[in-house]
Amino acid sequence: MIGVFHPGRSIVHRAPALVKLGLLAVFVTVAALVSSLAWLAAASVGVVLLFALARVPARVALRQIVPILWVLAFAVPVQVLFGGWEAAAVMAVRLLVAVALAALYTLTTPVSETLDAMQALLRPLRRWVDADRVGLALALTIRCVPLLADLVREVMEARRARGAEGSLLALAVPVIVRALRTAEHLGEALTARGFDD
Amino acid sequence: MSEIVFEGVSHDFGAERVVDDVSLVLAERRIGIVGANGSGKSTLARMINGLVSPAAGRVLVDGLDVSRRAREVRRRVGFVFTNADNQIVMPTVREDVAFTLRRHKLEKADAAARVDATLERLGLTDLADRPAHRLSGGQKQLLALASVLVAEPGILVADEPTTLLDARNARLIARHFASLDQQLVVVSHQLELLEDFDRVIVMEHGRIVADDVPSIALDAYRVLIA
Repeated sequence: MIGVFHPGRSIVHRAPALVKLGLLAVFVTVAALVSSLAWLAAASVGVVLLFALARVPARVALRQIVPILWVLAFAVPVQVLFGGWEAAAVMAVRLLVAVALAALYTLTTPVSETLDAMQALLRPLRRWVDADRVGLALALTIRCVPLLADLVREVMEARRARGAEGSLLALAVPVIVRALRTAEHLGEALTARGFDD
Repeated sequence: MSEIVFEGVSHDFGAERVVDDVSLVLAERRIGIVGANGSGKSTLARMINGLVSPAAGRVLVDGLDVSRRAREVRRRVGFVFTNADNQIVMPTVREDVAFTLRRHKLEKADAAARVDATLERLGLTDLADRPAHRLSGGQKQLLALASVLVAEPGILVADEPTTLLDARNARLIARHFASLDQQLVVVSHQLELLEDFDRVIVMEHGRIVADDVPSIALDAYRVLIA
């Protein structure tokens, strides 16, 4: 979600976010319940076709899926050891299908549409849940990931410049102080933009 | 043109008095505020938007008491911060500009049209679907400006908007500020940004020590920091 949206006009892009979220939940649940390798292989082909339908370039799609391969590189040998080859293959394909479907959703859906969908979902609960506030919290969570990543990178550079590479203190203290200050500034900016309740 | 009034305004941070009994009427189109670090200029600017409430006195924007009617005032007063990174909330440029309008209860098509027009005006149309956090410093500040302007405020307050930018991007932002129709209140260390303004206020230790046309006020400031 962190800036991975790939703009387009395909039917997958134009489908309402709520429909896509619903289908994502159904497909991932089905993939989790199916234990036939043949069916999972067919599902994988289906996912590839969906990516083609969305006209997402292979390079962009792979960038989202490659990180899970690192997890599989550790998880598959363990599963082979304890459950055999077939169980390992089912687990790997299941995970790949789920991650690829989630990636397809984030590549074809702007965050603002996800927020709107979430607010629509929460509308029946408006007596108990403030949908605007939940949406804002989600937006801020997404925003904070690159913000904190930049902050940690800068502090690590400063730590290296001071020759204190191994010092946890030289990393933790500035990161915490700057994170708190950033949170304060972000809150102030939101207040200035009218999100003050 | 809007009228911003400070009536006997003071403010403290802990034991330190940062704004000391300031009374002002700001009715010009472009007003600059200069002063050394800790002179109280940013605190004064923040009071216009209600980000800081005065400990004594009151601030009025078009007759509205900022402390009591902050929400109404914020619809009239946009605020641009020094570090645009702290102002960006949404992942893409278009979404961040549109985010401002979420509370404005506009029709989707009207909001989209307003976002597109603002992006176009600031030359951000080609970057509309780019990740906001990967823009250059100048582009981020333009995005911050767009996110404020899309709400069509009558007054724009900017707290050192060019301090973190290189000379080229600072000039770009200054050019955009110069083209705005809004009443502008700009806090800046970069004196050339304020040279064409209608009025410049110089602050020192929370007080106003000069208040004049730029040619006179900026000379007074240069003498002060020499």
